[in-house]
Amino acid sequence: MSTGRWLLLGVVLAAVSILAIAVGTIPVPISAIWDALRGTGDTQLTYVVRALRLPRVVMASLVGVGLGMSGAALQGTMRNPLAEPYLLGVSGGAAVGAVLAQAAGVTGAFLPLAAFAGAIVAVLAAFVVAHAAGARGDPRVLLMAGVVVGAFANAAIMVVLANAEPNTVRNALWWMMGSVGEATWPQIAVLSGYLVLGGGALFTLGRQIDVLALGEDAAAGLGLDVDTAIRRVFFVSSLLAAATVAAAGLVGFVGLVVPHIARAFGLRRHRSLLVASALIGATLVVSADLLGRVLRPPAELPLGAVTALVGVPFFLAKLRRLT
Amino acid sequence: MISFDGATVRYPGAERDALDRVSLATPRGAITAVVGPNGSGKSTIVRSLIRRVPLRQGRISVDGRPLDELDGPELARRVAVVTQREDLTFPVLVSDYVAIGRFPHLGVWHVAGPVDETAIAEAMRTAGVDDLVERRVDTLSGGEWQRVRLARALAQGGDVLVLDEPTTFLDIGHQMAVFELLERLAHAGQTILLVSHELNLVARFASHLVLLDHGRVVADGSPSDVMQPSVLERVYQWPISIAADPVDGTPTLVLRRSR
Repeated sequence: MSTGRWLLLGVVLAAVSILAIAVGTIPVPISAIWDALRGTGDTQLTYVVRALRLPRVVMASLVGVGLGMSGAALQGTMRNPLAEPYLLGVSGGAAVGAVLAQAAGVTGAFLPLAAFAGAIVAVLAAFVVAHAAGARGDPRVLLMAGVVVGAFANAAIMVVLANAEPNTVRNALWWMMGSVGEATWPQIAVLSGYLVLGGGALFTLGRQIDVLALGEDAAAGLGLDVDTAIRRVFFVSSLLAAATVAAAGLVGFVGLVVPHIARAFGLRRHRSLLVASALIGATLVVSADLLGRVLRPPAELPLGAVTALVGVPFFLAKLRRLT
Repeated sequence: MISFDGATVRYPGAERDALDRVSLATPRGAITAVVGPNGSGKSTIVRSLIRRVPLRQGRISVDGRPLDELDGPELARRVAVVTQREDLTFPVLVSDYVAIGRFPHLGVWHVAGPVDETAIAEAMRTAGVDDLVERRVDTLSGGEWQRVRLARALAQGGDVLVLDEPTTFLDIGHQMAVFELLERLAHAGQTILLVSHELNLVARFASHLVLLDHGRVVADGSPSDVMQPSVLERVYQWPISIAADPVDGTPTLVLRRSR
């Protein structure tokens, strides 16, 4: 991809982020954003920008980075245009892990690990279900298995809800709808750490994903240890998805849509595709959060609902091409 | 050179061996063809070579070294494999596809250098696909796609090529073009092992045939040694005649009606 197009991706992300900081119940003139960021402007606007909007925008973009990269890696590895952490049940499993951990009093940097444990259980369950159906290699069967696992995860959360304290109920609902509205800098720091680790690991696996995208036998013929490479990609993609779920709840379809947009820019090699998916994912989630805030003010639509409104028609269009 | 010495393979859950004490060797600079009916174990030869199925007994070696002494990239630098099918879900440019052939030569942070670029350009020229560089692989005809796959294997830079059914779905002109290309590669020093259903083509181009049935080698030798009506009729369970090509005398299979 040309430098101009990379610049375009960066400029669009920057523009959407500035807009997301400016727009809201209390409008912030774009000319006042810089002063507010430096703490030299109007006190109220400074508070709105630094304490409310900026963490929200940063968190939304990080969630997009994680989900976009995770989706790109899973689609390439599984050679499946419909693969993404939400539809594979990974995010659902992560939400169960996070809700159970919260109910047990786990917080902070350990919460993503609990979500990760739930995500890994969900991935294994989806593979076992698909394998039992006798069609591990069929992308549609694995997706159906993922949807079933995701539904089971929802049911598990309901069971937790039925016996939970009101505060836990509120948290569980929050996980299920997805939100970056209460983002805090410590949460952002934790998610950033996981993204640097996971994103870096996926980037190093990029060339292996290129080879896996040829098919397992062809990849073996190129000297790749196929099973190990697949396990690594799933492990890291699940970690990324789990970290975003721990930070912002269930935000579906981002991992599905984003890699296809990146491919529309002509990108095919996974290292470039992963970087572009990170930028486009950030842009998409910041835009979706902004949309959720401006559609019915002062009420806010849940982030997960907005991404689903975009993602479901996209999913159906892709499914139609697969069948 | 590749050699199988008493190689025995059984797939998980299967009741019989897919390969049963198979021994064969591929002479350097020549085409060796493995033939046999469906389910005879032909593709398992290729899959066991790339370690997709483990050996129960016996040994496979490459240039005299046992397979388990070679790590994945080292094996791929010596032996390039073109598998039976390859459907890319996300089509790439021909140039990117052929460049993947250099994967066994590149470390995680290694950027492709002049040696890699030369190998890629040479592979494309040899396979006759240098005019397709900017095309996406999903826009290629069957014949072009097969040559591009061959170019990717050549870019691996080894001196052994293994191909599983390289002419499936190709018309007769494209089948001949692929085999003539393989013949040129063999003359240039490549050792070629291929699996095929095309008995007449392999009888024309291969110097050595290995006939498999139910995982066992039932005939092994030159095309005229293996293309015997009695042997082929028993293996394929069909009435068969062998005629001599009127131009060069190559044994040619003629199928007869069952009644």
